Amino acid sequence: MVAISDFIKINEYEWEIPQTFRKDMRGPVRVFATRQLLENSLEDLSVEQAINATTLPGLVGPVVVMPDMHQGYGFPIGGVAATAYPTGVISPGGIGYDINCGVRLLATQIPYEDALPLLDRLANALNHYCPSGVGGKGQWHLDDQELGKVCRQGMRWALKKGLATEMDLRRTEEQGQLDGADPAAVSQRALQRGRSQLGTLGAGNHFLEVGVVEDIFEPDAAQIMGLESGCLTLMIHCGSRGFGHQICSDYVQSFQMAVKRYGIHLPDRELVCAPLDSKEGQDYLAAMRAAANYAFVNRQLLAHLARQAFEDTFAGKVKNWHLNQVYDITHNMGKVEEHVVDGKRVKVCVHRKGATRAFGPGFKDLPSEYFKIGQPVLVPGSMGTASWVLLGTEESMVKSFGSSCHGAGRVLSRSKAKKQVRGEHLRDQLMGQGIQIRAGSMPGLAEEAPQAYKDVDQVVKTVCGAGIAKKVVRLRPVVVIKG
Amino acid sequence: MSKGFVELSHTADWALRVWAQEISGLYQQAALGMYSLMGVMVRPSTGIFREISMEASDDECLLVNFLSELLYLAEEERVGFSTLKISVKNQQLTASGEIGQIEALQKEIKAVTFHNLAIKKNAGQYEVTIVFDV
Repeated sequence: MVAISDFIKINEYEWEIPQTFRKDMRGPVRVFATRQLLENSLEDLSVEQAINATTLPGLVGPVVVMPDMHQGYGFPIGGVAATAYPTGVISPGGIGYDINCGVRLLATQIPYEDALPLLDRLANALNHYCPSGVGGKGQWHLDDQELGKVCRQGMRWALKKGLATEMDLRRTEEQGQLDGADPAAVSQRALQRGRSQLGTLGAGNHFLEVGVVEDIFEPDAAQIMGLESGCLTLMIHCGSRGFGHQICSDYVQSFQMAVKRYGIHLPDRELVCAPLDSKEGQDYLAAMRAAANYAFVNRQLLAHLARQAFEDTFAGKVKNWHLNQVYDITHNMGKVEEHVVDGKRVKVCVHRKGATRAFGPGFKDLPSEYFKIGQPVLVPGSMGTASWVLLGTEESMVKSFGSSCHGAGRVLSRSKAKKQVRGEHLRDQLMGQGIQIRAGSMPGLAEEAPQAYKDVDQVVKTVCGAGIAKKVVRLRPVVVIKG
Repeated sequence: MSKGFVELSHTADWALRVWAQEISGLYQQAALGMYSLMGVMVRPSTGIFREISMEASDDECLLVNFLSELLYLAEEERVGFSTLKISVKNQQLTASGEIGQIEALQKEIKAVTFHNLAIKKNAGQYEVTIVFDV
């Protein structure tokens, strides 16, 4: 087990396990955390998993871990690892089964006071329009040709179908379309699962959340994003559904042999990888990008359905009920990016698993309105607690491969949460706090109880204290829909 | 048959410790344990039988393949096994039994992982710990 004494304290918010800690490490582990958050994290295997991740061939710089870290499988959740492109490796488990799981935020000009009498109706409408739950099917059933287009075109497919706006695309990471996606690199089984699940939320920790803009820390940035004090927002958290799960499963399975072929030795079979310049590595990249584009479309279709729910609820009752995109960002992805490491600009494949890209001002991929302020970083809190909108910074480019946190991070296992909390009680408690809850499963709701998560405000304080993000607004939840 | 699985504490996902006297029993207990975690209830006595066969390069790959197949059947066809007989030899598995529509499915498992996955034999008993992504 790793102890706090194994760390070198860099400052109040940064800690390091040096490369010398274990013989097979190819770089250090850099953790962003307060002492309290770090001590909490040492209660599970997240730091050990980060140390294991440093053994990936071609690792560049440190494995970076965010304050919302917790134990995952193979990689820790909240981990960032960069590998040399194209001589290093890509690890599907370092991206996760839910490829391009991410968050979208939409803003409204609906004042909370006007919405209050209609929140119950809004919750019902969102629950009605947006399919959720285990194995949920959507209203879009695609043949192979259409699914292929979704894989290659991403949100541009939705735009052509009249299901997205130009603004939706502009305000999405990579404009909702990763180049190099190839459905031919995807198994028939994955395609089968993908045909009917587009436009569905799923279950687990995925949700729709209506919030209220409560605190504004950067008024100019908030105004540019369309976030108005006291007005409603909508957050969508989900990913690539069974399509992405199957793609990752297929490649983790096939890479079990690839590591033997390439003579790669790893401390955990879930870390299996292949050289980026190998056929296996290129095939996975092409399949992963197809899943990423699918996930962008999935969140787009859910936004489309949510717009119908808002129209049903508010049209004719408030002056402007429209939902305008703030940003859509992934937190499970492998991206080929350029970063400065040891004074040299290098091309790397950045694995972010439970970590969000957080590029600072001046990044060319940003929409023109965000060019000067930096990229929005969306940080959902646990159910019933605050969520945050942050901005990427110049410092994140130096310290964390342009990355920041992705949420609150769990502290309590699902089994313990279920023992401590009853879903029905939690629902009643949150309803008593003025939060409308709709959930497909009461045990599932109990597993996602706020006490199972870290204090998101502490997580945000840490990334802002470390300089890898800065606060823009804090959102208070008023409606939560869970699958 | 006595229960040969127990849920272990895991911060974010689900973990299951499984044990059995025979290797085929280990695969069977793993399937039952996964169904239990998911809250699967299968309509019994349908008179419909299904057989699935697969092979893999080692026992762990075979276990992940087998459980992944059950997840696929649950998600895509909404069916599960109400009875299950398994034979495993030389990394080849055949599972057969009565299948029925899943009447209740409480929670979603995204995938069966290879995280620290190692089937071991201790004191004449096969054991494995499986982590599921949820």
